[in-house]
Amino acid sequence: MTTNPAILHLLLTSRLSVTAMNWLTTALDRIAADHTTIRALFPTVGRHCGREGLLGAPDAHETSELHRWSVDDAARTLMLAALPLSRAELGTEVAALYRYGDAAEKRGVLRGLGSLDSTEELDERALPLVHDGLRTNDTRIITAAMAAYGARRLDQAAYRQGVLKCVFLGIPLSDIDGLDARGDAELVRMLTDYARERRAAGRDVPADVWRVVDPNELSRET
Amino acid sequence: MRIFDPHIHMTSRTTDDYAAMHAAGVRALVEPSFWVGQPRTSPETFVDYFDGLVGWEPFRADQFGIRHHCTIGLNPKEANDPRCREVLDILPRYLAKDGVVAVGELGYDAMTDAEEEVFTAQLDLAREHELPVLVHTPHRDKVAGTRRSLDVVAASGIPPHHVVIDHLNEVTVDLVADSGCWMGFSLYPDTKMDEDRMVTLLREYGTERMLINSAADWGKSDPLKTARAGAAMLAAGFDHNDVDTVLWRNPVAFYERSGKLVLDATDTVEQGATFAGNSVLRGARPGS
Repeated sequence: MTTNPAILHLLLTSRLSVTAMNWLTTALDRIAADHTTIRALFPTVGRHCGREGLLGAPDAHETSELHRWSVDDAARTLMLAALPLSRAELGTEVAALYRYGDAAEKRGVLRGLGSLDSTEELDERALPLVHDGLRTNDTRIITAAMAAYGARRLDQAAYRQGVLKCVFLGIPLSDIDGLDARGDAELVRMLTDYARERRAAGRDVPADVWRVVDPNELSRET
Repeated sequence: MRIFDPHIHMTSRTTDDYAAMHAAGVRALVEPSFWVGQPRTSPETFVDYFDGLVGWEPFRADQFGIRHHCTIGLNPKEANDPRCREVLDILPRYLAKDGVVAVGELGYDAMTDAEEEVFTAQLDLAREHELPVLVHTPHRDKVAGTRRSLDVVAASGIPPHHVVIDHLNEVTVDLVADSGCWMGFSLYPDTKMDEDRMVTLLREYGTERMLINSAADWGKSDPLKTARAGAAMLAAGFDHNDVDTVLWRNPVAFYERSGKLVLDATDTVEQGATFAGNSVLRGARPGS
């Protein structure tokens, strides 16, 4: 899936106040002129642009890939896209923003990686950030780690473990990128085992897991 | 009763504490950075601690319908270890973060020269970042320590109403009342203050500039001391408006100076009725 900066910009224009949009426009200009300005601007995005959902009421937009985005995620993604850097320099700046970011900034970086990846500028340089995010127990950061960049760049074993971790933490499968392209027989086997373990313990299996797992498989010997 | 605990070390507490605090009315809190039981020996370990205060701990609090903010600073005890001095260099990065609503805990432990240097340097940072200041007063030699803290604050040029002097008691409250700084009281099971003595002080000094906290940490402490203080106030004849002033409106007014207090509903709890023009939830969690 793509996270096209032009679409994010359009959505932000409709969601943000004039004051907030002016602040963001100025911020993007400053970053484009001097990449170091992003370091002070990045932590303040929530204060200037707010933190609500990018699409408004979440229920109405379950089918959109952007339904889990907040306006600060989108603003931070535009800031990353505005960086006048490439390849190794870009990777270093993005890694520092992640390393020194609070939870919202880390989430913004992980989401924003998707739009940087469309130009192949980043390559796999930001993959350690995705692994770091997946090691946390913060569902917001884990979900962002499994967004476009992570879903595209993680190796198959790490991708499957990421999906399973999301299921364990109650993150809906619809919040994870790349399932159609990357779901494989081994992932189905892991989710089937998970469902069997839940059943054995007398616990519910999340409804979305049943869309992947065949209930008849549960009664078979393993 | 809606409660804002202006000083509590949640990193040391369990999820049972979070649940009990929510049930007792706690909807927001500030966790000051401080020393942990084991002395730290390098700046890197502070970085991970601070990251937790702006990352993991607010996420944990959110699960229980409680808004978490923090204060960031190099505490006086560890200010004495030269290996930790470089922590001062990383503070500006954290003071810029959303959830950081004050610089602290600062002040004195053993009243050394090193403590004073670090205290003064961080008051400068507070002025640059336009943040309020949380000052810890020492356990030992408390009166002298409180007086000296007030002198250092006055010399810094920071307005007194941007500063809270914490862990006060009957013998130190006068000094702070006269200074114009906010007065903080930590209610503990055996040490510092208790709720009945607190009520006596509230009768004498009124509710203005008064902050009550549980300061619960890794020692023997009680995260519900704020709620118990509210109950003691009501039993002693204070009305609900007085209790709301001390347990909610005062901490909001103090930390609001940071411009970074976020008191909307958390992810797990629906927003309740508005109160005094502010959309903070009050009352019980839906379904409880």
